[in-house]
Amino acid sequence: MAFEVLNDRKGQVVRTRPNQVVAFSCDKPSAAGSVSQRACTFCGSRVVLYPIADALHLVHGPVGCAAYTWDIRGALSSGPELHRLSCSTDLREKDVVFGGEPRLEATLRQLVEQHHPRAAFVYATCVTGLIGDDIGAVCRRVEADTGVPILPVQAEGFRGTKRDGYDAATRALLALIGRGDTTSITPNSINLLGDFNVAGESWIIRRYFQQMGIEVVSVLTGDGRVDEISRAHGARLNLVQCAGSMTPLARAMEERYGIPFKQVSFFGVEDTSEALYATAEFMQDARVLTRTRELVAAEAGRVLPELRAVKETLRGKRAGLYVGGAFKAVSLVRALRQLGVSVVLAGTQTGTEEEYRALQAVCDDATIIVDDANPLELAAFLIEQNVDLFIGGVKERPIAYKLGIGFCDHNHERKVPLAGFEGALAFAREVQSTATSPVWDLMPRRSAPCPVFSKEAP
Amino acid sequence: MNTLPATLEAWRAFEPSRATVDPCVLCAPLGATVAACGLRGAVPILHGAQGCATYIRRYLISHFREPVDIASSSLGEKETVLGGEANLARALDNVAKQYRPELAVVATTCLAETIGEDVAGQLGRYRLQSGPSMPIVHVSTPSYRDGHVEGFHATVLAVVRALACERGAEARTANVLPPLLSPADLRHLREIIGGFGLGATILPDYADRLDGVIRERYEALPEGGVPVASVAAMPRSLVTFDFTLTGAAPRASEVLARRGCSPSLLGLPVGIRATDAFLEPLARVSGEPAPAWLGAERGRLLDAYADGHKYVFGKRVALFGDPELVTALALWLLEVGAKPVVCATGARNQALSQALGELPRGSVDEVLDDADLTSIREACRRTNAELLLGSSKGYRAARDLGVPLLRIGFPIHDRIGAGRLIHVGYRGTLQLFDALVNTLLAAQQERSPVGFSYL
Repeated sequence: MAFEVLNDRKGQVVRTRPNQVVAFSCDKPSAAGSVSQRACTFCGSRVVLYPIADALHLVHGPVGCAAYTWDIRGALSSGPELHRLSCSTDLREKDVVFGGEPRLEATLRQLVEQHHPRAAFVYATCVTGLIGDDIGAVCRRVEADTGVPILPVQAEGFRGTKRDGYDAATRALLALIGRGDTTSITPNSINLLGDFNVAGESWIIRRYFQQMGIEVVSVLTGDGRVDEISRAHGARLNLVQCAGSMTPLARAMEERYGIPFKQVSFFGVEDTSEALYATAEFMQDARVLTRTRELVAAEAGRVLPELRAVKETLRGKRAGLYVGGAFKAVSLVRALRQLGVSVVLAGTQTGTEEEYRALQAVCDDATIIVDDANPLELAAFLIEQNVDLFIGGVKERPIAYKLGIGFCDHNHERKVPLAGFEGALAFAREVQSTATSPVWDLMPRRSAPCPVFSKEAP
Repeated sequence: MNTLPATLEAWRAFEPSRATVDPCVLCAPLGATVAACGLRGAVPILHGAQGCATYIRRYLISHFREPVDIASSSLGEKETVLGGEANLARALDNVAKQYRPELAVVATTCLAETIGEDVAGQLGRYRLQSGPSMPIVHVSTPSYRDGHVEGFHATVLAVVRALACERGAEARTANVLPPLLSPADLRHLREIIGGFGLGATILPDYADRLDGVIRERYEALPEGGVPVASVAAMPRSLVTFDFTLTGAAPRASEVLARRGCSPSLLGLPVGIRATDAFLEPLARVSGEPAPAWLGAERGRLLDAYADGHKYVFGKRVALFGDPELVTALALWLLEVGAKPVVCATGARNQALSQALGELPRGSVDEVLDDADLTSIREACRRTNAELLLGSSKGYRAARDLGVPLLRIGFPIHDRIGAGRLIHVGYRGTLQLFDALVNTLLAAQQERSPVGFSYL
């Protein structure tokens, strides 16, 4: 059967053309029956707040919503690990009929008493939104009694897209920010927004800034701590890495506390160097700038020889990618280009018009750009573009593997840090380990020789 | 099924005692989805917000390591207020266009159930408007009532009710209604039944679809699964082997019985005795003796028992998972001389405690229904469990307790090959026994200050 994109989705697939931005439709609800790779609003809030390790995360809803977000990200903590618990009010039919507030209050009190968290986030779900539980009132009551900040996260699954969940998380974070004492914060200070310490990436970036003489007041939310986030308003600059989820928070902090923000990426040698220099220049401190030059020279010098060697093995390889937001995609296109790999398919779940313009600009001609794709589209495009390597998350992995195509995880579950200079090298090794693996030579797609087998009787 | 309080006062008194921390159960639509994947050419459609389908996909993909496409009616705020009928119709249209399915299974999410969508009515109107198209089976799966086990069985029941309608001459086939087993288990059950010269209709049969091969092209709907025609012919089979403990009332096998096929209610064939008990009726209805290769496998299993019995004797094992598997494993552990000190399930029905209640006193220390991993961990401490036998979700509990975890069942998210594990038959038991002995030996080697290199 010849593949055709659904009529409902035709505006969300384009092929790039030389020197022009092709009109494109995005930032809208998923078409029913399309088999979108997107999750829900609740998911958006949950992934952003998840890495805050000394907070309790209680999902107010039926058990599934908590079960599916248990230990969902490889977001590491250097201390407490409360975030790795999957706490649920486990609503039952009775609660749906009579209201879930009593169960929420009992559960919340029990967990706060048991775990002594520095704060608690209470996530609404579809059901609790529908039955009209007043989560805010319960949170205020328990906060008043226990003295622990309890923050409702109103991101019912049906409310919108994952992006609306980011906004709900932003509101919860803003309720924490501003509570702490900022007097001891030094002038050369930043917050890092949109790094989630997957596989320890925040630690890598923190180390760079420490060496440069810049204080990292808080990371939102990688290896996150409630007290650090509470004093985030004392920093001089916000660096925004995951633009999709954190730009609203950066804008709000600019408005409320006058903190300017810069969009950066720590993915690839080029982006990492740019991010560090941009931060150093902002501080207008000659000593910081000198240290930054030394750091970049030393770190880049350490990884470049092996990067060049890996690049030799990847020459001419073609990549496809499907990630959360389009700025991440832009970063990936640049990093892959440095490895000699050209991107011929680039898609995202939740990119905005502005982000897609930037993505089109950085891509080569005749690259397929797709918003909110589904498995059949991705499979068809991977074949059409003769891709050697696909980059995405867990749901994209089997699509690549079933086609006998290499795959790199660029999502929550990976165990390899991809940030900074050492991350660039780890990424190159990842790409190499799958794009040049000899197993693909055995696959039917490469017309590998194969004995003739009889067809089994039905 | 849950026995729910009958009066308002009873409802109010029916208070939860504690938070659920680290659940041991998934939601009902997940069970419905797995069951749907066992029907040839079927696409599961979840009526609700987009996230449910995506979360379940991610969860199943991480276990089976196969594409699992689940459509959603993608209800948003507007549809939540005004009703989701148009979205469901559009989902069916789009699924039909993209997948050309032979069957659609529509399961409801909490959202659709709570806003009171009349799904049966919606589907009736859709059929009228769209004309004759694929069959659509509807199953109600609110997760505030049921877990994945009940969702799985409710879907099998709905499929049987809707499609298993053919009367006529007896066919030399056996029906199998399994609980959620691995693809390799389903394949092995078919092989065993085939050994008696019978065809097998396994409902659901996702052996190929969720443990697929690599092909040149991407298959929108992978091969495999029970064809609708075979489901239709189920009443004509010689027998229905019903391995479920938690079938929704009534059981699917009862529906088949009313339509002419007699049921045989059995525990899962794990171990010598339980597998023997499965072969006996097979020999009777087929009129054939068990094939020689099964005899050889039985002999090898007994041989392994002899080789390894000492290493498992008296070992205190904690089990958790779906009621059918836990019950079968508990009986098997007793068969080999180990002690199933904790038997736990996240399922909310009382199937496990009822099944194990029939054992002699003292066989099992603690039986937990509706359990989470937190309560299981506490039970392990109380009973000094030496080994955890269950899904990969027991990893952190095992790590905290300092005991090994032997991964079986569903889900196994931190290893490959979950779909290829065999738990049933002499062959599956042999795999389990070897793994159990070797896991215990590895732990002993690790604990030993000097190690050892011979047994």
